[in-house]
Amino acid sequence: MTQLLESVFGGLSIGSVLLLAALGLAIVFGLMGVINMAHGEFMMIGAYTTFVVQNALKKTPLSELYIFLALIAAFIVAALLGLVLERTVVRYLYGRPLETLLATWGVSLILQQFIRSVSWQFVAGVGTFCLLFFGGSWVLARRPNFEQIRGWAIAVLGLLSALIALVFSNILGQTFKLAVTKPWFGTQGVDVTAPKWLRGGLPIGDYQLPYTRLFIIVLTAACVFGIYWFLNKTPWGLRIRAVTQNRSMSACLGIPTKTVDALTFALGSGLAGVAGVAVSLLGSVSSNTGQAYIVDAFMVVVVGGVGKLIGSIVAAGAIGLVSYVIGSNALGPFVSFSPFLKSFFEFFATASMAKVMVFALIIVFLQFRPAGLFPQKGRTVDA
Amino acid sequence: MAQFGRREFIILSSTAAGSVLLKACAPSTTTGGTASPEASPAATTAAASGDVIKVGILHSLSGTMAISEKSVVDAEQLAIEEINEAGGVLGKKIEAIVEDGASDWPTFNEKAKKLIDQDKVATIFGCWTSASRKAVLPTFESKNHMLWYPVQYEGQECSKNIFYTGAAPNQQIEPSVDWLLKKYKGQPFFLVGSDYVFPRTANTIIKAQLAAKGGKVVGEDYIPLGGTEVTPIISKIKAAMPNGGIIYNSLNGDSNVAFFKQLQGAGMGPDKYPSMSVSIAEEEVRAIGVEYLKGHYAAWNYFQTVENPVNEKFVAAFKKKYGEDRVVNDPMEAAYIMVYLWKQAVEKAKTADDLEKVRVAALGQKIDAPEGPGVTMENNHHISKYVRIGEVRDDGLFEIVYATDKPVKPIPWNQFVKETKGYSCDWSDPAKGGKYKMT
Amino acid sequence: MTVETVDAVVDIPYGLAARKRRKALLLETAIVLGVAALLLFIVPPVMAALGQGVRINQLGRFLALAIAALGIDLIWGFTGLLSLGHGIFFALGGYALAMYLQLQLPPGQIPEFFTLYGVTELPAFWQPFYSLPFTLVAIVLIPALVAAVLGYLVFRNRIRGVYFSILTQAALIVFFNFFNGQQKLINGTNGLKTDTSTIFGIQVSDPRVQTTFYVLSILFLVGGYFLCRWLTSGRLGRVLVAIRDDETRVRFSGYNPTGYKVFVFAISAALAGVAGALYTVQSGIITPKAMDVAFSIEMVIWVALGGRATLIGAILGTLIVNFARTLLSEQFPEFWLFFQGALFLVVVTVLPMGILGWLRGDGMNLLRSLLGRRKRVETYPSLEEDPEVQYERETLGDRESDR
Repeated sequence: MTQLLESVFGGLSIGSVLLLAALGLAIVFGLMGVINMAHGEFMMIGAYTTFVVQNALKKTPLSELYIFLALIAAFIVAALLGLVLERTVVRYLYGRPLETLLATWGVSLILQQFIRSVSWQFVAGVGTFCLLFFGGSWVLARRPNFEQIRGWAIAVLGLLSALIALVFSNILGQTFKLAVTKPWFGTQGVDVTAPKWLRGGLPIGDYQLPYTRLFIIVLTAACVFGIYWFLNKTPWGLRIRAVTQNRSMSACLGIPTKTVDALTFALGSGLAGVAGVAVSLLGSVSSNTGQAYIVDAFMVVVVGGVGKLIGSIVAAGAIGLVSYVIGSNALGPFVSFSPFLKSFFEFFATASMAKVMVFALIIVFLQFRPAGLFPQKGRTVDA
Repeated sequence: MAQFGRREFIILSSTAAGSVLLKACAPSTTTGGTASPEASPAATTAAASGDVIKVGILHSLSGTMAISEKSVVDAEQLAIEEINEAGGVLGKKIEAIVEDGASDWPTFNEKAKKLIDQDKVATIFGCWTSASRKAVLPTFESKNHMLWYPVQYEGQECSKNIFYTGAAPNQQIEPSVDWLLKKYKGQPFFLVGSDYVFPRTANTIIKAQLAAKGGKVVGEDYIPLGGTEVTPIISKIKAAMPNGGIIYNSLNGDSNVAFFKQLQGAGMGPDKYPSMSVSIAEEEVRAIGVEYLKGHYAAWNYFQTVENPVNEKFVAAFKKKYGEDRVVNDPMEAAYIMVYLWKQAVEKAKTADDLEKVRVAALGQKIDAPEGPGVTMENNHHISKYVRIGEVRDDGLFEIVYATDKPVKPIPWNQFVKETKGYSCDWSDPAKGGKYKMT
Repeated sequence: MTVETVDAVVDIPYGLAARKRRKALLLETAIVLGVAALLLFIVPPVMAALGQGVRINQLGRFLALAIAALGIDLIWGFTGLLSLGHGIFFALGGYALAMYLQLQLPPGQIPEFFTLYGVTELPAFWQPFYSLPFTLVAIVLIPALVAAVLGYLVFRNRIRGVYFSILTQAALIVFFNFFNGQQKLINGTNGLKTDTSTIFGIQVSDPRVQTTFYVLSILFLVGGYFLCRWLTSGRLGRVLVAIRDDETRVRFSGYNPTGYKVFVFAISAALAGVAGALYTVQSGIITPKAMDVAFSIEMVIWVALGGRATLIGAILGTLIVNFARTLLSEQFPEFWLFFQGALFLVVVTVLPMGILGWLRGDGMNLLRSLLGRRKRVETYPSLEEDPEVQYERETLGDRESDR
């Protein structure tokens, strides 16, 4: 009995993290057919936001409740970042999902390196460059003959701004030394410590349910309900659903699809930020954080099918349960009658082999349901 | 569809031009146009031509191992800077060429080749994981070059081309197991590790040692390097040791964080499940969070809390260069002293280029290290080290609960493991070499 | 509609067209062979004379990678299937050769790493790799078979687009975790080293062997190029492009795309396998990292940078990206990921057709305008050159609401 409970809870806790990570991805993918490879990095940003909020509130009376503030902050930060990404890159690539995939992968590399090397000097340098370059082009754009000189003007301007920014940040580094050159986070990773009331766990018999896992399950449930409510009960949710179902028809009916896209992308990214808060309670917060979850999140989306939240929920639960049961060899005792089955399950009862098994099962599953558990009804959408 | 054209292209080209500028500002890596570029076994290199001596620094600055290796680079650069400020080596400044191994073993190998053949460095300081060391080993041996390796490792290796300044198993793993056996009499052991050479070999040694001394191993499990899904392992530990026991932990990198966070969540604290870690030092404690580690043990040769004047100076210098909130740890100390040991060897040999001479001169070099006085490079290319066990305390540093009062001599070939029992290593005697049968 | 366009084809006398084509083909062959000869005979001594000996080895490895890029171009550029799992095939080829090299031991011995895990008997699947002919066949055939099976399962269900990409990625992770987790079978994370083993009695890291593999890489690259060229120029090529552009219509015209897709996927996997084998011996080690998610995505960017569906572009892109990456990571070991990330972004947004595509389109026009000649006209002069039409196109045709 305890064993069964343990399996269910173990699977549920893995599944809830997966679902939280996949939720934002699923919405964005359902709406735009865009795979956001930088989703994991938005989670990482969320985790780092948690770290910042935690440290900011360390000595204040709110320090035990920082996690709630972190949730809000992470959502906002990641959502804003998502909005920027959508406005500057993704927007130009609609209808080309494969290119989007590559571009967002590039963004994910940049974000990883950004977390490692961001310092005041770095920020000052980039800021100066942006100020000079965009300010300069704004001024130049006033000139009547801008169209003719545009190419050269921008080249010269870019070069000049880069040079000035470089010199400026170098001078900054020379004068203030450590105060500005020290990386904010560094390569080493940072510590996010759960507040006191989240440490330890709820004992049930000789098993203990970790509070952090419980918290994540509750958080996931809250997010799912929140999204459900948003999609089904608000005007913008209605618009998002409409565009998901038929983009051109919605556009004809006067729905601002561009705004819907941007909003959805920001929402999905914000959810990734929330997921980042959750995973910071479980694992490491470093520049690699996002990479650990991203592919699993894809699998949830693919298995669940596009366009229905319920698909992702069931898929995440199933994948979580299967990986837990295989990884901890929970079936081992039940099949001890057959030596072959026993050794078979033991072979797969390691973290990496459990993953092999789960992914192989996913590929097999898609043989029977190529469009996922809950495919969209009606004509197939060409990707 | 949006029009992409000249404008964007020009932005692109200007960034490219910008990077060229960056390059111009970066410390120039002059490639010596020497006559024999072919990869001839380089007993002599052109590293010391001019008024600088070039050395290579080869660690992961990206990928899963960057979390640990970046700070080792910091320590090496600190030592080089100090040496340069004190007048350099043989009157020449040291110029460090840093390469990123990217946590990828083939990349390590490629970059090692590049440092040796292209940059003609006098020596290379580098590597952390045993997998990366094993990957570059053939390159160093075939080119007869020199690597200084600063991390505790599993032993069972004794290359002429490597100087090991981290602990051999008898300077870290074996004493810590002995200590555990004494302190927690009759408790079972569970071995957890990342899935690569070091933990596998370390656990083989531990199992042999426990078998010889009457300890009991109830389980052994591995997580892939960089993996963070630890829930199944924790269930297994719980199932194997329901009444508590010792966790011997050789996880590396990010996995540690997930492991300790979830260990605590499962209610398995250090009172019932004390753990001994061999890859968690001050840096890692900070990344994991003190709250999760308080009361757990780690075995090292050096802790920041070691009390002696050399250490005080080292810690102060490091904090001055990298910030007050930084900490130092064992591999960083080993990395720091290995640069000094190399410098001493070069000064004794009066050349940095003739690696054969430097190698001979390095043997017997003594240094007053932060870990304690009288640390010596032995004839088997390993150094004698103090052995310490620390308990994580509130401020994230270690309370030293056990320490030897003098350095322990290194034994690279393990004496508990059947295959290597009775073997030893001595590079001072050409007849003996890397592996010979002791009589 | 279609009837009209067919009628509109200008009727060139058959012989003339054929002669023209033959001439173009000869010219192309000559150029390719010339470049190959350059790489074979001129580049190594020049590099060596410049003190850049290391770069020859790098060039050799990147040329090996270019073979894999040809495969990617075949499947992505021509057929429109974005595979993010080519690392599997690359690694399978590499492992096959590495296993053969690991077994170059006195009889009765097993590779050293096995002792670490207490394995005393060679696992059964290692046995065939004692034989060189088997290994050589395996390098090509194992990746091709794996690809064929995987491809059949996927294409049979008409899984395509992003789904196909994600599925290949899932397969990649299956293989990665298998190789990474099986220390006892295949040495896990540590990978297999080839440098210290011998081939035909000579150590693999020996310059003579390395030169041989450099030459082999070039030969295979040329061979791979002509193979792909031949595949894509005929009717098969046209079907592939048709599948890329509109698969549904291909199916409605009576073709079954599954077979074509499986075939081309297998070919491209075989190319990756060869590339992996050549790469492994030149880099000295193969590890599961070759099946890292990042590496497979990078392969795609080589092709994207060079230009999709231009085989030369794939080769060019591979060399450019890899040399840029090597040089940048040497110059800025702490920052180079920025450049790599930027490369992805820039290629996709600014150079969607790749370098070659740009050269053929905008680049050619730029050159013409610099030379004071007219832009090349692609549709009708009245449309392309009328300033009023141009004005309207620039100011009215690209408004926010039209996108």
